Amino acid sequence: MSDTILLAHGSGGKLSHDLVEKKFLPFLANPALNKLDDSAIFEASGRLAFTTDSYVVNPIFFPGGDIGKLSVCGTVNDLAMNGAKPVYLSLSVIIEEGFPLDGLEQIVWSIKAAAEEAEVQIIAGDTKVVNRGQADKLFITTSGIGVISPGVDISGANAKTGDKVILSGTIGDHGIAIMSQREGLRFSVPIESDCAPLNKLVSQMLEASSRIHCLRDPTRGGLATTLNEFARQSNVGIMIQENKIPVKEGVRAACELLGLDPIYVANEGKLVAVVEPSDADKVLAQMKQNGYGGDAAIIGEVTSQPPRRVIMKTKLGPSRIVDMLSGELLPRIC
Amino acid sequence: MKFIDEYQNSKLAKGLAKRIAKQSSKHIRLMEFCGGHTHAIMRYGIRQLVPKTVEMRSGPGCPVCVTATADLDKAIALAQLPNVIITTFGDMMRVPGSYSSLQQAKAEGTDIRVVYSAIDAVEIAEANPEKSVIFIGIGFETTAPTIAASIIKAQQKKIENFHVLSLHKLTPPVMKALLNLGEVKLDGIICPGHVSVIIGSYPYEFIPKNYGVACVISGFEPLDILLCLDKLVEQIENGQPGVEIAYPRGVKPEGNSKALQLMEEVFEIGEANWRGIGWVPQSGLKIGGKYEHFDADKAFSVSLKPVREPKGCRCGDVVRGAATPPECKLFRKVCTPERPVGPCMVSSEGACAAYYQYGPPENSQEFSG
Amino acid sequence: MCLAIPVRVVSIEGDEAETEVAGVRRQVSIALTPEVKVGDYVLLHTGYAIGVMDETEAEETLKLLEEIASLSEVH
Repeated sequence: MSDTILLAHGSGGKLSHDLVEKKFLPFLANPALNKLDDSAIFEASGRLAFTTDSYVVNPIFFPGGDIGKLSVCGTVNDLAMNGAKPVYLSLSVIIEEGFPLDGLEQIVWSIKAAAEEAEVQIIAGDTKVVNRGQADKLFITTSGIGVISPGVDISGANAKTGDKVILSGTIGDHGIAIMSQREGLRFSVPIESDCAPLNKLVSQMLEASSRIHCLRDPTRGGLATTLNEFARQSNVGIMIQENKIPVKEGVRAACELLGLDPIYVANEGKLVAVVEPSDADKVLAQMKQNGYGGDAAIIGEVTSQPPRRVIMKTKLGPSRIVDMLSGELLPRIC
Repeated sequence: MKFIDEYQNSKLAKGLAKRIAKQSSKHIRLMEFCGGHTHAIMRYGIRQLVPKTVEMRSGPGCPVCVTATADLDKAIALAQLPNVIITTFGDMMRVPGSYSSLQQAKAEGTDIRVVYSAIDAVEIAEANPEKSVIFIGIGFETTAPTIAASIIKAQQKKIENFHVLSLHKLTPPVMKALLNLGEVKLDGIICPGHVSVIIGSYPYEFIPKNYGVACVISGFEPLDILLCLDKLVEQIENGQPGVEIAYPRGVKPEGNSKALQLMEEVFEIGEANWRGIGWVPQSGLKIGGKYEHFDADKAFSVSLKPVREPKGCRCGDVVRGAATPPECKLFRKVCTPERPVGPCMVSSEGACAAYYQYGPPENSQEFSG
Repeated sequence: MCLAIPVRVVSIEGDEAETEVAGVRRQVSIALTPEVKVGDYVLLHTGYAIGVMDETEAEETLKLLEEIASLSEVH
């Protein structure tokens, strides 16, 4: 086999089969996938959740993970945020001609590890190769299916006045880890992406309380955008306290350097929960028992006024509006 | 973080706030001339910590907001030239020009790259000898010396495909211009912290002397700003306007002589076109003398379509402190960070963006000024 | 203007310095502050150190702020 991806790897012929059998199957093996039929067949009953996402992150390798790990965790988390237990994933990969095979192997390995941790199976896959220059190294699309237990009703529209807002840990880690790899930044950070599958954390939280109203992972747009989404969907206000939001010192320093606000920086292994007030402490305690919730904290609560707005009480006392992220998060000089 | 955390202490902030309230007997109007201050004042809710007698207005302190539309149009036109790479600070990308923006031009296929330092622009030039790299030079006296240093470096390395479109502007001349305009009566000026690290405190002395306006140089943490306000109120209440440094850990009266020397070596002072103000004499920096070949204005010519200012936009008024963002009819209703009409809403240092992003909740009467 | 943050100089080589703040490391040009020494804190703006922080003055300012705070409690 050559050491880079060739157009022929995507053409369906012998090289394609070789690629699947040597580079994907050995790592992702499961009964459905191994059959290599045109579709995977499975049984499921009850309420199902279905989601899809594409991953085009650049750089594809970053401290704490890579595009492969991200593509599994992102979709697993989307299912978990609706209270679904993720079961099956599909995996589509579009590769740019010339991409190194050992890079692909590393990514598939990451996919395997993440899928194992999340206890999901990848039962359908597809690989395409495009001409050099027609894709930026590698794009991945994953779709996921999960099962929602009876009685579980989690939605961004369910927040009620008085609910507590709980954040599972430090914010900004992923975005800063990615930025530090960007060309021209010339700085190194002791920060790794927080990329992680949160489905087990969520199921533990659901065991602690059946009155978790909203769940979301603050990815693009950060914590601020997620809270604004809840406020708008539920037509409520949210009040948070700046001094309760956990931020790693290194993230804070990097944000100061770049002129970014951590509440707008992406996270890939955190969640925000809106919980019935009397259950908040129980849920928090449960979260802290999980490896991905050690720094969890109650950061605020849901209010009735002003509706559809997120207000933050700043460190010094005065309150300010926290709006959604608008446009791109661009580092600034002034 | 050292030199930052200590100046965010809320107990000390309360102490300062109390003292300001105690001293302040009459209504006074202050203006900041630094986008960083506009941002910090809103972000930390400084207006809510000081009495209503202390009114604060934002002046032309945001280098993006004061860039004339014609200059931005020029930058966009330069991007369309063949074999040109435009390098710019991120702040400029989304500002609407007459017909387009740098971000739009990039989406349409021109090579425009966001850089974090002029050094990066020089490196891009080095790595792409067959292209012309033009750096959009915005910023006041804090940034201009860094561009001067990068031009000198490019000269040393004999890099010939690096050019700068110098849109750099100077602070004391625009302060003078606004004071002469007399449109907004000022009692005191919150002088820019990092500009002053470079230029020191002497360049402001003409202000209390000729205009009777108090000047205090401020840092950027909440305690720095409150300390500055405290000193301004004291000067004004005592009728003794002068120039004081409330940021002594960063600013010396004589400034940074090496930085000033580099600026003098590379730049010449000329008039500059300020959005909302017009041409202000002796307020801009042009690349001079032996570094002329780095001047994008001399190396390239572009033809420009007539300048169009967005209808109803009051950025010019906001930049002069003649209007506050909520007084603009477009603010929030039509003009938002997603769909900005003018630069004051795009740049995160712009007064409108700061008010929009951090403004106290609408149902409180916290907007003073 | 504008964004400049205090960082500590860890090592110097020619007209560049390696700086550090809360574990974040950043390569910086000291063309504007050639007098800087290892251990100094400089203000970092767009990849350049624009000034050296005066720690004595910093302490003086904090002392002043503490004084103001305690005086305002008394009254």
